Amino acid sequence: MSEIPGDLKFQKSHEWVRVEEGGRARVGISDHAQGLLGDLVYVELPKVGDKIEAGSGCAVVESVKAASDIYAPVSGEVVEVNEALSDKPETINEDAFGDGWLFVVKLSNPDELDALLGPDDYAELIENDEH
Amino acid sequence: MSKQTTLNATHRAAGAKMVDFGGWDMPLNYGSQLEEHHAVRRAAGMFDVSHMTAVDMRGARCREFLRHLLANSVDKLKKPGKALYSCMLNERGGVIDDLITYHVSDDYFRTVVNAATRDKDLPWLQRQAAPFGVAITERPDLAMIAVQGPEARAKVLPLVATADRERVEKLGRFFCATDVHGLAGAPWFVARTGYTGEDGFEIHVANEHAVELWQALAAAGVHPAGLGARDTLRLEAGMNLYGQDMDEDITPWEGGLAWTVALDAGRDFIGRAALEQQKASGVPREMIGVVMDDKGVLRHGQRVATDKGDGVILSGIFSPTLGKAIAFARVPAGARENLRVDIRGRELPLRAVKYPFVRDGKPCEGINV
Repeated sequence: MSEIPGDLKFQKSHEWVRVEEGGRARVGISDHAQGLLGDLVYVELPKVGDKIEAGSGCAVVESVKAASDIYAPVSGEVVEVNEALSDKPETINEDAFGDGWLFVVKLSNPDELDALLGPDDYAELIENDEH
Repeated sequence: MSKQTTLNATHRAAGAKMVDFGGWDMPLNYGSQLEEHHAVRRAAGMFDVSHMTAVDMRGARCREFLRHLLANSVDKLKKPGKALYSCMLNERGGVIDDLITYHVSDDYFRTVVNAATRDKDLPWLQRQAAPFGVAITERPDLAMIAVQGPEARAKVLPLVATADRERVEKLGRFFCATDVHGLAGAPWFVARTGYTGEDGFEIHVANEHAVELWQALAAAGVHPAGLGARDTLRLEAGMNLYGQDMDEDITPWEGGLAWTVALDAGRDFIGRAALEQQKASGVPREMIGVVMDDKGVLRHGQRVATDKGDGVILSGIFSPTLGKAIAFARVPAGARENLRVDIRGRELPLRAVKYPFVRDGKPCEGINV
């Protein structure tokens, strides 16, 4: 299990958010989540320009086992997607908190960030998950 | 509490991710399903298949019983040591289970049936065997390890006692050997069979010798592989999975298993009348192989639109060898053109193909375009 980076915020459904310059936020799934899913073989991402809403399904990741919905942790407009995942979905298994990011949104409601879990609370959540 | 094979602690110690499968606590993978899949295609992997049910059938009229029980003809087993894949049907021609039967001697055959169907199979076997005076004995005392891959046989042979090694080495495909002295003299039943499309052996060994065999194989470089890899390997090899590709409401004609049915003259097997009737009146649906050239994954239950009506994906996977999705689909008879799968509301084209999808570690003709 890789260390949980201190600058991330999490949704209970295991998506992470990293707030960047200019009101943008990068979104991915946690290392814990990729471990649960197993080898990833396909990723269906939103399109640049799509408006996504916190709590709604906005992407799908498929592992050898199953397809899983990704829920937007924040609302906004998609401004960038990780095209490299199309050919190399296993990047999420290898580097969930880094190169395995999914997309970037321009935040439409930054207050939503306050509702997300900090790294410590998320670590506690997944610890309880495992028992 | 799910049942455990004798290798359960060994799997856990190796870090296996365990899942419930047919009431058994089994390894899904030991880390990466994809690596395990490739290990079997490229070198050698091993599977604990002790959850499957080995059943011994003994009696002077055993062959006569099997003529009645199986849709395939036991008379294809002419001399001891040969194995036969067959369905066991109900009176409606539906598949109760698929199984492999090994001809040990003329009054002794062994069959291996699925784990999830054990509870219905055993009473059915007992009931059908009684009139023939054939004794049905389950063998929970045996562990079963499948060693599969191009290097599998070479990894197993050094573990066989010198006196028996040549006999095992010379086993033809789909043949078995009994009374083999294996590792530390443990008695083995060895069959050159499997469920991956690769060469290899399936070894039946007493539970108390299973862990040492597993560890010896691991030490020889055989990669432990879980049920996840077993599923992708067998589908690439074009092999059915009971419960997903066929069941009691599906006949072999509808389940891609016509090749396992022998309508030999004068043999009155269970379900024959129903099969003949369906054949005469026309089989309404059939199982075909499909490939999706677009990105995505085919999964059990997805709807398949055809010009003749809707069908459905049965077994569907992302094929690690091909790098694209493959599946079995049940479609209205004759549907081959303009097939489209509904994935989350999007229709993507499918190509009907002949299977197996992969043979000898390589894509079969027509699978990749």
